[in-house]
Amino acid sequence: MKSTNSYTSVAIGLHWLTAIALTAAFAVGVYMHDLPLSPDKLRIYSWHKWAGVCIFVLVAIRLAWRCTHRPPGPPAGMPIWQHRAAEGAHRLLYLLMLAIPLSGWLMSSAKGYQTVLFGILPLPDLVQKDASLGECLQAAHRWLNFSLAALVAAHLAAALKHHWIDRDDVLQRMLPFLKQK
Amino acid sequence: MKKSLLIAAVASIATYANAVEFDRWQADKSVVSFVFKQMNVPVEGRFKRFKGKLNFDPAKPTQARAELEIELASIDAGSTEANDEVAGKLWFNSKNYPSARFVSSSIKPLGNNRFEVAGKMSIKGRTQDVITPAILRQDGGSATFEGNFVLKRADYAIGEGLWADFGTVANEIQIKFRLTALAAGKN
Repeated sequence: MKSTNSYTSVAIGLHWLTAIALTAAFAVGVYMHDLPLSPDKLRIYSWHKWAGVCIFVLVAIRLAWRCTHRPPGPPAGMPIWQHRAAEGAHRLLYLLMLAIPLSGWLMSSAKGYQTVLFGILPLPDLVQKDASLGECLQAAHRWLNFSLAALVAAHLAAALKHHWIDRDDVLQRMLPFLKQK
Repeated sequence: MKKSLLIAAVASIATYANAVEFDRWQADKSVVSFVFKQMNVPVEGRFKRFKGKLNFDPAKPTQARAELEIELASIDAGSTEANDEVAGKLWFNSKNYPSARFVSSSIKPLGNNRFEVAGKMSIKGRTQDVITPAILRQDGGSATFEGNFVLKRADYAIGEGLWADFGTVANEIQIKFRLTALAAGKN
């Protein structure tokens, strides 16, 4: 039985899928950026780009789902400032999850490397090759990522605070198996 | 005596007019570029420094001759990282083999200013036969020689060792050239 206090299973699935995919792509990005040039580096870069495209699509689907399916509200008794902070943080999370793959795609084009999804589907280059623009977009991609990492850390800390300190169901409703314990 | 001198003079002018040597390289109107594929992504590059000459007699196109020498260290392979990499031993080994050289051996007219140029390409101590279609155009005092062909990097050991596999960098490299030279002795 679905109450207003639970997420749809699709929303839960999409949440964890993006969480895993983003963590993996982030880790690969950190690992690959200063590798010496080799066939492996070219492969890893391509995989990272393909992952980014998939994550962008995944986040777009998730956002569409979020807009058409009302998520559960804040737990009773939560201060209004915390509700607002959570609202803002979630908006920012969505924004970063879309902006990061976009910045990576544009960076790749500016550096003169078109993104060819799975080596099959060429994505258009929205910007032309331009070394200084490439540097700018690289910095943007890095800082957007660090911002997302910081925000995810806060998101995680808030979820754990709800679970262990406030002892409400905020974490449980995104991790349904916790309920069964 | 006077008459024979005049004949000789006329004959030499005629020879000069027919067998024009275009040896004054127009670097700003000449391009040697290439497209290679890495992970199926086309990447463009070019060589900034090269020289050559064209000997082209419009009346005897089959006797035309083209030569090109490319300074491999002048490569722009798409990024600084790639430029450093391809200078190395596994790629061009440009310290030991500073230039690539093409010398035509036969030029077959195909009509309509189109020719099939055959010749020898030497890169990294290896020489291979190359055939390329080309358009040869004469425009007043200059000649332009333009075309493109596919070069297989493995034929010249460009990209050895860990790069020998074509899974990341494809074997086929599209070479495009447009070479313009001014006729010798004219200003």
